[in-house]
Amino acid sequence: MIAALRSLTVTAAVFAALRLAEAQGLPPTWEGILERARGQDVYWNAWAGDEPTNAFIAWVGRRVKETAGVNLVHVKLSLTAEAVSRVVAEKAAGRHEGGSIDLIWINGENFLAMKEQGLLFGPFTHRLPHFGLVDTAGKPSTVIDFTVPTEGYESPWRMARIVYVYDAARLPRPPRSIPAMLDWARANPGRITHPRIRNFLGSTFLKQALYELIDDPGRLVRPVGEEEFLARSAPLWRWYEELKPLLWRRGEQFPESGPAMRALLADGEIDIMISFNPNEATAGIARGILPPTVRTFVLERGTIGNTSFVAIPYNARHKEGALVVADFLLTPESQARAMHPEGMGNPTVLDLDRLAPEDRRRFAALPRGVATLSPEELGRALPEPHPSWMNRIVAEWERRYSR
Amino acid sequence: MGTAVLPLTGKRGSGSPLLALFPAAALLLFLAPVLAGLASTALAAFGYLPALGGTAPGLDPWRRLFAVPGLGASLGLTLRTGFLAAAVSLAAVLGLCATLHGSRLFRWLSRMLAPLLALPHAAAAIGLAFLIAPSGWVSRLLSPGLTGWQRPPDIAIVHDPFGLCLVLGLTLKEIPYLLFMAVAALEQIRVREQLAVCRTLGHGRAAAWLHVLIPQLYRQIRLPVYAVLAFSLSVVDVAVILAPTEPPPFSVLLFRLFTDRDLGLFFPASAGALLQLALTVAAIGVWRLGECAAGGLGRRLVCRGGARVPEGPAVSGFFGAVAGLPVLLSLGGALALALGSLSRSWFFPQALPSAWTLAHWMRHAPELLRPAGVTFAAALAAAAVGLFLVIGCLQNERVNGRNPAARTLWLLYTPLLVPQIAFLSGLQVLLVRLGLDGTWTALVGSHLLFVFPYLFLSLADPWRAFDLRYRTVALSLCGSRARSFLRVELPLMRRAVLFAFAVGFAVSANQYLPTLFAGAGRLTTLTVEAVTLASGNDPRVTGIYALAQAALPLAVFAAALALGARRRF
Repeated sequence: MIAALRSLTVTAAVFAALRLAEAQGLPPTWEGILERARGQDVYWNAWAGDEPTNAFIAWVGRRVKETAGVNLVHVKLSLTAEAVSRVVAEKAAGRHEGGSIDLIWINGENFLAMKEQGLLFGPFTHRLPHFGLVDTAGKPSTVIDFTVPTEGYESPWRMARIVYVYDAARLPRPPRSIPAMLDWARANPGRITHPRIRNFLGSTFLKQALYELIDDPGRLVRPVGEEEFLARSAPLWRWYEELKPLLWRRGEQFPESGPAMRALLADGEIDIMISFNPNEATAGIARGILPPTVRTFVLERGTIGNTSFVAIPYNARHKEGALVVADFLLTPESQARAMHPEGMGNPTVLDLDRLAPEDRRRFAALPRGVATLSPEELGRALPEPHPSWMNRIVAEWERRYSR
Repeated sequence: MGTAVLPLTGKRGSGSPLLALFPAAALLLFLAPVLAGLASTALAAFGYLPALGGTAPGLDPWRRLFAVPGLGASLGLTLRTGFLAAAVSLAAVLGLCATLHGSRLFRWLSRMLAPLLALPHAAAAIGLAFLIAPSGWVSRLLSPGLTGWQRPPDIAIVHDPFGLCLVLGLTLKEIPYLLFMAVAALEQIRVREQLAVCRTLGHGRAAAWLHVLIPQLYRQIRLPVYAVLAFSLSVVDVAVILAPTEPPPFSVLLFRLFTDRDLGLFFPASAGALLQLALTVAAIGVWRLGECAAGGLGRRLVCRGGARVPEGPAVSGFFGAVAGLPVLLSLGGALALALGSLSRSWFFPQALPSAWTLAHWMRHAPELLRPAGVTFAAALAAAAVGLFLVIGCLQNERVNGRNPAARTLWLLYTPLLVPQIAFLSGLQVLLVRLGLDGTWTALVGSHLLFVFPYLFLSLADPWRAFDLRYRTVALSLCGSRARSFLRVELPLMRRAVLFAFAVGFAVSANQYLPTLFAGAGRLTTLTVEAVTLASGNDPRVTGIYALAQAALPLAVFAAALALGARRRF
């Protein structure tokens, strides 16, 4: 009876999936998708400000061409918002199919914005054969993007983690807590900064500080209202009020972006910078854009981790090809390549225990970068706060300091 | 039959109906998309954009715009830097003409400044920042030896709070442009004769320029000056590189709103685009009032016998130096970029890279080819089509007289006066609706919006100054308007036409936002790649793309100069 019921549920689920596939206009089987994807051009819109990432995307293009006959084109963006506004323009013009973007590298707020405006295709991750290897339990940020469940509307492709990069030649013992950072800045004014507040790294700098200064960090994963935010974030503003005049340029000017801040570290204008790439220091040394003496540290009480995703616009012309690329990004081959410290050096989204032994060996064989922390040193990742915290931090910062 | 009386202008009867179509066609082609784009932005500014859930029109976008923190300071910064850049550039050019016109130094400077016209704004700005930043090349050359700096000093040279660095960066391009326009205009003012008359009346050279020649010169370059003012008020790429960041100039603030992750900000951003338009129009109005005031003052001075104007080698040396500064800074910046692109690593305070490599060029060269091809083809097409239309419009004026359509042609300057972002996002929707986004038509068409007015600015004056007696003779000898035009009039205008073509090419190759919106990721140019990859702040990559971006327009300029210099008669 129970068995019959279960098989009935399974059948129903299969039928539901098939109906969904039909409704989405996709072939019902992966083979069918592969067949249709062959020969398709996939326009992947991705921020192009990081050379190792650009090189990785170019490699993905060569591999999906060889394995699946998909022509991947990297549409280089200076801001993800360019792609978002293009989808908006297409929707406004009534182009509900045949859109010009097939795949977007997307994270957090951009994802939430597009999903809320109905600009994304999905759910689709259940169609990807390799999605089953993703460590959704051990790395919850692969399915929960800034506390918002992804619900299959975006597929993870690499892990990111807040780290701090410092020049060990000038700073032998970096401050490993948020209060210690202020003490250090008092003794060394002008030696630290963060990107401007509306750059995601700028707000991240404050978000990470809030984690340590708030009395109940567990509160951060739930939405927050104006009044509660002001009450709970008071310690953050006390800290920042004191730190701000001790920042680079007395806290009156800020670098435009993370890479602009990295140039300041390279030339010795600052000693510490925040980064979302755990391999930032090693990659920078390898490329000659950071001095060989830079190293990485994290805060003793942990740092925020999140995940980079790809999503498919609702009107994408070549959804099948986009699915094939999204799936390829989850293969052990691609994930091991992404983790190589001489390339991007991003930790994998996969659960290594679920891999075949020969695939596991790919990861075991990876060297560790000179300035990259081991997983043990990185410690546990803190979940991203709910987006409302970030939005309120930005608004409050602008209220206080933008004149 | 060649001796038959052919009508020289339409005023005497049959003109050329074909030529008469040009102004109307040009107006329709260029004004329609701008107006359509503006209309769609205006709708969003009042809350109507169903694609983003805006269905209830109202004033909410404006309330949100005025609540943006730092708005007042941002507007103040924009007005300050915009007026200052335009005024400084104009003063430098007028001063240079007044003190040095006719000298060898003047000819040398105007020759050196011409190629700077081809240098893309963003590349010039990046080069300038590379040069004068606290960790820039100049500081590296002097440190630690002369300065004692082991680390770059904590001074805001680039991104300074007052915006002086932005003003400097803008004048780098505006001085060459205005000087170029002034040199063309001076050819039509009989400078030597008027100077001689003034001198016989007992006035010095400087007084003659101030009271007699500058008023005539200014009248001719007024429109380019307005274009410079509008550009200074609305420029985005240069401002991102050189202007203060908290708060930034209004154009950058708008760009940030348009590209914020919060899509709802699109509404206040659209309202802001309209505000920027109003700001530009108002600024030109204020400038116009300033012209009247200056004119009145000048007349009063003349009635009192003229002003006492300082002159002498110190004054002319000063203006020579001011005009030479853009040459020096641009060349220095380009050199610093070139060094950067060849460096393996180069940290402060090393005067030169500590290790050299060609690897970056080798790796990026193949990736440069396709965007370079698109840049070249689009610029060639835009400049050629633009030239055809401009010559058609101007020839219509010559043949048919200034008919009503010809008199409304100034409307074609709208794309230069309206901030790009104010109509381009609306234009993008239009292109998508027509299924034209990502096509060559859209790319070349959107570039033409900006190429056409610059071509018109470059060609109109030389065209109108053409000695019509040549035409009379040619008509009587050739017997047909077409033959007279092709065999005599056009060859005589060759130099101006070639130069205008090069300007048009450079303007097209320079376009960032229009390419971004019209190219739809399908067609991308060196400028778009350069700006995009500059977001990674890798000095090598930035250097390679900035130099590659500058190379094509420079080559076309050089070719135009070489072809123009060849004698054919």
